[in-house]
Amino acid sequence: MFMCMFLKCLEFGGHVCTNWRNLLVEHIMQHGSSSSSKFMGTICGFLRKCLFKALSAGPIPSHIAFIMDGNRRYAKRRNLAEGDGHRAGFSSLMTILGCCYDLGIQHTTVYAFSIDNFKRRPDEVQCLMDLMVEKIEELLKTGSVLDQYGIRISFIGNLKLLNENVQIAAEKAMKATASNNKAVLLICVAYTSRDEIVHAIERSCEQKLDEANAFAGNEEIKVMTGQLDELEVPTSPSNCGVKRVKEVEMKNGNFKHVEQGSHQEKSDDIEKKHKYPFIKLVDIEKNMYMAVAPDPDIVIRSSGETRLSNFLLWQTAYCPLYTPEALWPDMGLWHLVWAVLSFQRSYSYLQKKKKRL
Amino acid sequence: MGSTNKLRGPNCWTAQVGSFSLQLIWHFIHFIISTCFFVLGLAGAIDSYLISSGLLKKYNDLNLGKLRYLAIVVDSDEARQTSKVIKLLQWLSDIGVKHVCLYDEEGVLKKSKDAILEKLSHIRLFEETDEILPLDQKNLNLELASPSDGKEAVAKAANLLFTKHLELRNTTEDHWENIFTEAQMTEALRALGCSGPEPDLLLVYGPARCHLGFPPWRLRYTEIVHMGSLKSMKYGLLMKAIYKFTLVRQNYGK
Repeated sequence: MFMCMFLKCLEFGGHVCTNWRNLLVEHIMQHGSSSSSKFMGTICGFLRKCLFKALSAGPIPSHIAFIMDGNRRYAKRRNLAEGDGHRAGFSSLMTILGCCYDLGIQHTTVYAFSIDNFKRRPDEVQCLMDLMVEKIEELLKTGSVLDQYGIRISFIGNLKLLNENVQIAAEKAMKATASNNKAVLLICVAYTSRDEIVHAIERSCEQKLDEANAFAGNEEIKVMTGQLDELEVPTSPSNCGVKRVKEVEMKNGNFKHVEQGSHQEKSDDIEKKHKYPFIKLVDIEKNMYMAVAPDPDIVIRSSGETRLSNFLLWQTAYCPLYTPEALWPDMGLWHLVWAVLSFQRSYSYLQKKKKRL
Repeated sequence: MGSTNKLRGPNCWTAQVGSFSLQLIWHFIHFIISTCFFVLGLAGAIDSYLISSGLLKKYNDLNLGKLRYLAIVVDSDEARQTSKVIKLLQWLSDIGVKHVCLYDEEGVLKKSKDAILEKLSHIRLFEETDEILPLDQKNLNLELASPSDGKEAVAKAANLLFTKHLELRNTTEDHWENIFTEAQMTEALRALGCSGPEPDLLLVYGPARCHLGFPPWRLRYTEIVHMGSLKSMKYGLLMKAIYKFTLVRQNYGK
């Protein structure tokens, strides 16, 4: 109860600062280039630089991931059309990205569209796709934030699930920004973590087959029966241990494991014997869509929801989740600052954990 | 030469003073924040006392229907305090939670399995073949997990899918797309004994709110709540976390 009140006070403080800043921006835009507005703008910019310099005295995250939740609720609360909520979300994204890159955060990932979102109404999905194409075209114009910060864009996900025009726009954006090297923006579209894992496994299998074919040369490839190295499988509670499973068979397309004796074969020997290299964890990790960037240092989800929703489940083992109550279009500088401060508080603990790996 | 050295002197000195001032400001900001968290901690303690004494009525009757499976991640250093872990499980049993998965990133909890089972009555180890639906009113079903059930299990399941593909590749049908699917992956993990149910709620006991490598295949829509350190765990805050979970509405992407 008291905790809620205290947190609400902090949130309110953050809102006040954001609103004050928005009012100032509005005032500057209304009054054009009047000297007082310019002066206020300069003061704001200077204060922001000071704040960022102070934050930079501690560790700064190199990669932040954002789950942009709350656009539809924002539109509903302000009696706007649903599309306007997403547009407001896009403006908020540009503001936050500017703050991130000013602070020196090199990689930013945003969860723009999940494979689960295809379950929404077709007109809403189409509206989002059209908005994406429109905003990509806008960003690719010269003088946009991409050029300003030297941002390289990468679209992450199962892009084959998207409409052709979105795929073309995405390819165009990636090609146009390929030579930028100051910062990276990863946009997750048609992405879920499970799909990413399955895709990585599929790619690893293809690579292992290619390796084996290259090794075998022109020899015919023999069919392998389903034999693997020993596996540890939990036993019944009364046994309170594990059983060593020597063999996994395929029967009628289903997996079954068969208990064998206690003789242990090393996986290297198995590899040589069966001619096919085994897929290791490092193979799967290098084939993940997100292998192009280091693991995120913070995940920020707006609108107070406390779940990852199939986003970066593999990469967030040592990545704190920060969930401000603000809806995505209301997110601003202060939420980012608070997230970075929280990251700095748990930095030494997480570094210790990562070193133990 | 002499004049440039003279210029460098004051510049260098200014830069050092500037850097020192920024460090001071940074430490001051973090001092303020630590004070805020300390006050929050006190508020939490008061909250917990009020909840566990039954004065806040809304927490007295928890609707546990939505909480089919609870997972708890414990920092490995804290997990070595087995007595605390046992106390937590006892609380969960008292609240009425039926299925719990305990995880830590070094497998400490798995090693302390015997100590845990010995001290607690009404607890049985969850077996892979069990259905998630409640079978037993009295017992709490407990699953112990470690990284071998997470990423390492995914690598083993990948090899199962690979061998399945090799098994089927000589037939005329194209099996590739039917093998590398999420359903096949779930099936492969089940065959390895590493596929428990997806938790509805994950409580993290440790200094930071991270899942520390909990099996990623099972975390899709799990609510992740930070409970602070295990040594300062409180019954009231546990009830509050579960109560808040019962109020959550998910769209699952829709």
